[in-house]
Amino acid sequence: MSDPDIPSAEAKAETPPTPPADHAAHWKGSIRIVLGILATWFFISLGCSVLFREFLDSHLPSVGGAPFGFWMAQQGSILGFVLLLIVYRKLMNSLDQRHHLEDEA
Amino acid sequence: MSQEAWNYLLIGLTFAMYIGIALRSKAGSTKDYYVAGGGVSSFANGMATAADWMSAATFISMAGGIAASGYNASRFLMGWTGGFVLLTTLIVPYLRKFGKFTVVDFLGDRFESNLARLVGVICAIFICMTYIMGQMRGVGLVFSRLFDIEIATGVIIGSAIVFFYAGIGGMKGITYTQVAQYCVMVFAYTIPAVFISMLITGNVIPQLGLIGNFTKDGAEHAVPLLEKLNTLNVDLGFAKYTDGSLSKLDMFCITAALMCGTAGLPHVIVRFFTVKSVKAVRSSACWTLSCIAVIYLTAPAIGAFARTNFIDEVHGTAYTELPEWFGNWEDRGLIAWVDKNQDGIVQHQAGAVFEGRSPTYDASGARGTHGERLITNPLKENANEVFYAPDILVMANPEMANLHPWIIALVMAGCVAAALSTAAGLLLVLSTSISHDLMKKLVSPNMSEKQEVLSARLASFGSLVVAAYFGINPPSEIVAKTVAFAFGLAAASFFPTILMGIFSKRVNKHGATAGMVTGIGFTFGYITYFQFYAGHQNYWLGISPEGIGFVGMLINFAVTFLVTALTPAPSQAIQDMVEDIRDPTGAGAATHG
Repeated sequence: MSDPDIPSAEAKAETPPTPPADHAAHWKGSIRIVLGILATWFFISLGCSVLFREFLDSHLPSVGGAPFGFWMAQQGSILGFVLLLIVYRKLMNSLDQRHHLEDEA
Repeated sequence: MSQEAWNYLLIGLTFAMYIGIALRSKAGSTKDYYVAGGGVSSFANGMATAADWMSAATFISMAGGIAASGYNASRFLMGWTGGFVLLTTLIVPYLRKFGKFTVVDFLGDRFESNLARLVGVICAIFICMTYIMGQMRGVGLVFSRLFDIEIATGVIIGSAIVFFYAGIGGMKGITYTQVAQYCVMVFAYTIPAVFISMLITGNVIPQLGLIGNFTKDGAEHAVPLLEKLNTLNVDLGFAKYTDGSLSKLDMFCITAALMCGTAGLPHVIVRFFTVKSVKAVRSSACWTLSCIAVIYLTAPAIGAFARTNFIDEVHGTAYTELPEWFGNWEDRGLIAWVDKNQDGIVQHQAGAVFEGRSPTYDASGARGTHGERLITNPLKENANEVFYAPDILVMANPEMANLHPWIIALVMAGCVAAALSTAAGLLLVLSTSISHDLMKKLVSPNMSEKQEVLSARLASFGSLVVAAYFGINPPSEIVAKTVAFAFGLAAASFFPTILMGIFSKRVNKHGATAGMVTGIGFTFGYITYFQFYAGHQNYWLGISPEGIGFVGMLINFAVTFLVTALTPAPSQAIQDMVEDIRDPTGAGAATHG
């Protein structure tokens, strides 16, 4: 099993003298990322799949044979959640890197 | 080879594998026991967490539930996957950095309060206990069906196996066993789905089959599967499959309560303490949700196929010409047919066939004119003649689709894997709560590490005995209702309180304790009133007990902020600690402290 967390050798080589980490800016950045992710999360789950389901069912083209809102509730939202976590991981990791708050290991 | 032989072979092989893995990874220290030494790879941890998460109930009953209620069941699909988005972005990276063994440790340390700790311990024990009872019952049911033994014997065998590897191997043992169990489950769930999808829609991929055409009657009669299902449902007097019958507010609250509850379940959160850094937590969460999504995306397809297939094969067919599986499940008391209009043909319509939750029979084993088992329940006045327990759809699906015996055996092995993996994970959290949070932190702080591991093993034995007892003598009415409690309590207690502990430095012990107590009190009171005393269902604003945890959570937030505003800020040391858990670097292995 490969572990995706081990940084490549070149990434390590690029940052020899570590500048001081900016905790306040890092925290602000992570709040922004979390809010963005959660807004999307709310929109695709409770929004599209519950609150606006009837509207989407009748106004958007169906996905294959499934009405759009129903498809969102049973398949689309779950796919969306997986994508959100992948995006979250990517954004947070690069935020850590930008603020020099990365673990060596 | 006969079906029996295949069952014994596959179950035997998988068991040998689980026990072999447990023996190879025996726990030596408390760290091994509680958090697997803190060095499990993200991918392995993802699979293990997914196996832990998917219980016997999910594996066996979820697709059946979707088949029965169509769109309404989306609340479970979204609730039990969407919760991981909250869990990953708001809770686990920070608790992993905090670096203690349990969720209750965080509450106790962050809010400097033994009362918060005690409330946490009680909630954690209650939540895990509710869950584990259902798992032991599930193991017992599958074993009894497989080997034709009493359910009680099945439960005892299951408990012995769970105790063996959870008690001996600790978190390290169960994590690696769960990886194997996830693989068994995923094959057991998807392979039958692929075959049935090919049979009904001609599509190899079940998820595409769901949105594809129904082609069983030949390509020239192809109609979209969901349209076919809607027509069938409406013809038989049910609501349209793709429309819900729950009110929008209720659906919203239930989905939200399940999502927030998921993010607050202690046995899920601790799974992320086993990886080595905050960065690894993030990728582990991606793997976990991906592994879960494989099964959760297949379930709606299985549900739709099973319902179409069931109605198609059964409705309007003469009893004597029904396929063999109908009689098999009838013999086990999970399907029943009453020839209400005396025409010898099976009619399926909306409405309950008879009074009561399941068919009852008299001791003589009397058969009707067509050979059906006669039931003794008083009948209801409607045209529906067929009763089936939604639970059987996953287990009966391969038989309905005439699949090879090895696939049926594989499904059985998957059911067992689902029940065992969840039971083992819960047992571990339960024993940790008792030995670490209750004994070590509250009752006798002078315990040595060795005594603590020993007390954890004793606690897991004790909990298992209780769980097995309730598995054999299920307080049946109560078990079904307590699931609402588990998620409601997690949503009203752990989730909001942990969240505020991380994202606010100002929230103090008075606020947190008051918020937790009112949130739990409200949720607990509401559920208890409507489940056990009210005897009617005139819910407040139409919010059912399943969804009330969401309101409890809002109350918790409000009370916490109000009380906090009136009382002084927590000490500088606590504020520094909060500052520290927000910094993703330097998360060493989880510690004992």
